[in-house]
Amino acid sequence: MKALSQKRRHPLAAIALLLMGLLVTGGLYAVATTMNQAKASTTNFTEQDTEEGGKLFAANCATCHGMGAGGTQDGPSLVGVGAASVDFQVGTGRMPMQMNGPQAQEKPVQFNEEQTRQLAAYVASLGPGPSIPEAGLLDEKGNAAEGGELFRVNCAMCHNAAAAGGALTRGKYAPPLAGVSGQHIYEAMATGPQNMPVFNDANISPEGKRDIITYLKQIENNGSPGGADLGALGPVAEGLFVWIAGLGVIIAFTIWLTSRTS
Amino acid sequence: MGNHSDGSPNHSGTVATAGQNEVEKFQDPGLPPHRLRLADTDPRAAKRAERQVALLFGLSVVGTFIFLVAYFVIDLGEGSGATIADIRLQNALLGLGTAFAMLGIGTGIVHWAKALMPDHEVSEERHAVRYEEDRQAAVRIVDDIVEETGIKRRPLIRNTLLGAVALAPLPAIAIFGDLGPRPDKALAHTMWAPEDGKLKRLTRDPDGTPIKASDVTIGSAFHVIPEGLNELHEGKLNEKAKAVVLLMRLDPESLNPSPGREDWGYNGIVAYSKICTHVGCPVALYEQQTHHLLCPCHQSTFDLTKECKVIFGPASRPLPQLPIAVDDEGYLVATSDFNEPVGPSYWERDEHERSINS
Repeated sequence: MKALSQKRRHPLAAIALLLMGLLVTGGLYAVATTMNQAKASTTNFTEQDTEEGGKLFAANCATCHGMGAGGTQDGPSLVGVGAASVDFQVGTGRMPMQMNGPQAQEKPVQFNEEQTRQLAAYVASLGPGPSIPEAGLLDEKGNAAEGGELFRVNCAMCHNAAAAGGALTRGKYAPPLAGVSGQHIYEAMATGPQNMPVFNDANISPEGKRDIITYLKQIENNGSPGGADLGALGPVAEGLFVWIAGLGVIIAFTIWLTSRTS
Repeated sequence: MGNHSDGSPNHSGTVATAGQNEVEKFQDPGLPPHRLRLADTDPRAAKRAERQVALLFGLSVVGTFIFLVAYFVIDLGEGSGATIADIRLQNALLGLGTAFAMLGIGTGIVHWAKALMPDHEVSEERHAVRYEEDRQAAVRIVDDIVEETGIKRRPLIRNTLLGAVALAPLPAIAIFGDLGPRPDKALAHTMWAPEDGKLKRLTRDPDGTPIKASDVTIGSAFHVIPEGLNELHEGKLNEKAKAVVLLMRLDPESLNPSPGREDWGYNGIVAYSKICTHVGCPVALYEQQTHHLLCPCHQSTFDLTKECKVIFGPASRPLPQLPIAVDDEGYLVATSDFNEPVGPSYWERDEHERSINS
């Protein structure tokens, strides 16, 4: 303990402490989020789910989507959007929307798992629509190579070849896909949230969607083969880095070369 | 010096007098006095600098070994089960090894020169720039060369040399010919033109399976290639680059087809060329609520509800529409080729467009 108390006056002590704190917070957060994901959802809704969901809907969603989810000027009708749509929009925090804007932003989730399920049950009862995918399609054990080809043809133009996201028109954007759960990726393809087109099962088969999720998880878990990817945003970020870091190193060497030795 | 804070005028006692009474003469300050370095006076410091230089050279040796070990020990060959993490590790070690190997030698030499090698200053006197004799000598040399080659006396040699030099660039011009041949009509037509009266089906990119009209639900976007493209052996990419199409379905009410184009779509399903009319990037960023199509290269934006009219950006023409219908089995087919050349402008484009529509 004596040695420790002496080292706390070391000039690097503050930095070490800060790093330790960040690591602990990050670790706890990671544990908490994986625990959230570990709870698998079921698609069998009971009548009580539907009833409870209806109450939640009336209290939280009906302002924009209308009583009975028929839609108003501020929000579209939800008849026939399916449970998958609710699970994606509410499960990623996009709904309820904070305010009207170019697109609904991802934000901390407002409803817990149980409430999301009840809302999904209610909306699914209004009309047939895409349902929450089965666990077998989300096992990330598809063909990553075929998933990669499908991704480059159908998704990469908006979401970036490295799935890092990209800009659309007038303030809208395609979000980055790293860290999005397989279930939400599947639901987004099936329902076409916001301005994303719908990729129904006739366009990309459920197996194709499973391949795409496998591919996305594979590139996410393997990381960039070339080291730091600088946001995978291409020449702007890379050029900025080279201009600042590369030129900085050259300037530092020049100063050293021309300085007098003591 | 007085107190500046109260703003009162002060006389510091110094007055500028330069150039008032005497011709100012710039004195050569000479070299600053030579300052000895630590290593020049202290043998221990010299020894330390020597060790530092040796350490830097040693670092270079280590770097070389890191490179060699990373190259030979990390096996990326087939059947080695190497993952991307292995590639990344090897790349990092190869880079670090090379960096240490090169920087170690470079910084070591510089440190050696700065700290240990003699550092006395030497001044060299300027030479006069040009002497008349030198100039005369150079002129004589040139004259001698011209005289000895005999180029003035032998016009045959002179003229053949001129001819050879004049013709020598011709091979380069011939090589430019390889930039051709001119595509001529190839740019004006795509694979969508019906073959032997058989209409081409719209098929999915990349697997080439045909698409039923009922598959295309509202809000869908399909990436489409023509039937038979995957079976091509030659020029497949060239054909694909011209024929790729984006298929979308929206509420038929929101489409506003101009007269003569009402039957180019089917129940709100429309197909447009994916090749931007600006410089030919693939326009595939479809927003299913605003019905905008965005080109990622220069942000040209096309409005699907107005027959892909340009609403923003540098493109000058709407995207060409592919007229589609449904065949007996319910599959989507192209009723004809595009009614104008797809993609960016080119020299003969107007001529080709007239001949397509005549």
